[in-house]
Amino acid sequence: MKTLAILGAGTAGTMMANHMRRKLKVEEWTIVIVDQNPDHYYQPGYLFMPFGIYGERDVVKPKQKFIPRGVEYRICAIDRIDPEANRVVLGCGNSIDYDVLIIATGTDISLEETEGQRGSDWQKHVFDFYTFDGARKLTERLKDWKGGNLVVNIAEMPIKCPVAPLEFTFLADWWLGKKGLRDKTKITYVTPLSGAFTKPVASRILDHLLEEKGIEVVSDFSIGEINNEEHKIVSWDEREVGYDLLVSIPTNMGSAAIERSGIGDELNYVPTDKHTLQSKVKDNIFVLGDATDLPTSKAGSVAHFEAEVLTENILSYIDERELEASFDGHANCFIESGHGKGFLLDFNYELEPVPGHFPIPKVGPFKLLGESRINHLGKLAFKYVYWHALLRAIPLPMVSHKMTRAGKQIPEVSPVAV
Amino acid sequence: MSQVTLAGVELQLDENGNLIDRSQWNREVAAELAKEEGIDALTEEHWKVLDFIAKDYAEKEAVPGMRRMNKVGGIPTKDLYRLFPGGPIKKAARIGGFPKPVSCV
Ligand SMILES: Cc1cc2nc3c(=O)[nH]c(=O)nc-3n(C[C@H](O)[C@H](O)[C@H](O)COP(=O)(O)OP(=O)(O)OC[C@H]3O[C@@H](n4cnc5c(N)ncnc54)[C@H](O)[C@@H]3O)c2cc1C
Repeated sequence: MKTLAILGAGTAGTMMANHMRRKLKVEEWTIVIVDQNPDHYYQPGYLFMPFGIYGERDVVKPKQKFIPRGVEYRICAIDRIDPEANRVVLGCGNSIDYDVLIIATGTDISLEETEGQRGSDWQKHVFDFYTFDGARKLTERLKDWKGGNLVVNIAEMPIKCPVAPLEFTFLADWWLGKKGLRDKTKITYVTPLSGAFTKPVASRILDHLLEEKGIEVVSDFSIGEINNEEHKIVSWDEREVGYDLLVSIPTNMGSAAIERSGIGDELNYVPTDKHTLQSKVKDNIFVLGDATDLPTSKAGSVAHFEAEVLTENILSYIDERELEASFDGHANCFIESGHGKGFLLDFNYELEPVPGHFPIPKVGPFKLLGESRINHLGKLAFKYVYWHALLRAIPLPMVSHKMTRAGKQIPEVSPVAV
Repeated sequence: MSQVTLAGVELQLDENGNLIDRSQWNREVAAELAKEEGIDALTEEHWKVLDFIAKDYAEKEAVPGMRRMNKVGGIPTKDLYRLFPGGPIKKAARIGGFPKPVSCV
């Protein structure tokens, strides 16, 4: 018997367990999946909790429900990987010897990277919405918001779902309007980037939208400190933004288990071949989802596309064939823009998000880089698709892991995204 | 795109004012680019930063970010802002002859 071990039973690990159990013979391969947490969180739902659109029940379900029969599921912390010995050491006092390893340990916020993050304002005036606990506490705080300075700050890039802070800002604008508090609230969006988004065409369009909604943007702001006494954030070049409520997106980092294993980069991401998804650590280690160092968005949609490529490549690896399936960096994200509307971005390593229609040229129904109601409905439908199809690795109709250029208005000289 | 002559070398610059062809770069060119960025003289400390970027670029094909400068290069953010006031990474990249760093997605 051979063993395939999967580390992390989040979005990516769960999908791989489903894919691989269908492909590998039960008589030949044992599949083990490990995660420290028995609950599966639908993270995109965190965005909607503070505004009462989703409740806690929409975003949490037991992990066991999504792990297929024939896969051994262990609830246990991963201590470290020993690539030399082909072994994973678990926190529960045992270990797993593997033939093939898939790393899907994701990324999480770290509260240790910005001075003052965990100060006296933490969860009183300073909140996050990137964790279940954070979103829950922020929901409570917003219930008694009477107005003042609302500041949204990204500490540093990259973060998972890089559009989520913008969506939060747009939804806050809409929600405050509905509550009659918008004219009592100043909203400031403070970002380390030079504009709203990482890619130029989308950034121009989103910058404009922020301006239209009366949201002030402070750009190129690299945070040095949260000053809890004076309730302000201070940049390294000594600019200051005061807050009554700071919604912070702290530094995102890969799992500490990666650091303990000595196989990560400066943010604990695992160096990975951007096309084959084989790790640069060792041939029999593969990586997908937020745990990689790939130059594309850290998003559930990306993990979904990667899972299809990785399934093929692991089968090739096992059969000692070339790893022929190639990931193109395809990402597909809905952006909530408030008032029941949304945007859709579709892009890859080479092509930045551009206007057009998706998935059918000229028809849609989704509009790329344009605001529409159907895009918003698409975002809400994503929750259903996530729980019912995505995690169980049921293929989605019409959406291929290879990005299509059809239906996109591509500028003649497209700035190449890196 | 534009052309300028700095330190006796005719340089092609991209739309951000960064060198297009790094083979045109040398230490004198760096000193002139530094002046344009408001840095009168490049000290040993500046060179430590520029040398690290060059070494890391050769390996990763990307200008290192702030955190990589700290952790891998051993250069604290505070020092980077002191040495290259305003936008340390952008400025150091330009002076070092590299393209404007693209922020990751
Ligand atoms: C607010 C928010 C909004 C988002 N919106 C969207 C969206 O609209 N669209 C979209 O596509 N994506 C969105 N995302 C991103 C998406 O949720 C992630 O990209 C996706 O979940 C990544 O999957 P993953 O499996 O790589 O990581 P995760 O799903 O985070 O799973 C990692 C797993 O590894 C486990 N783990 C880590 N370390 C250890 C250890 N040492 N021991 C044991 N277990 C460990 C964790 O417990 C976790 O279960 C959003 C994310 C957030 C936070």
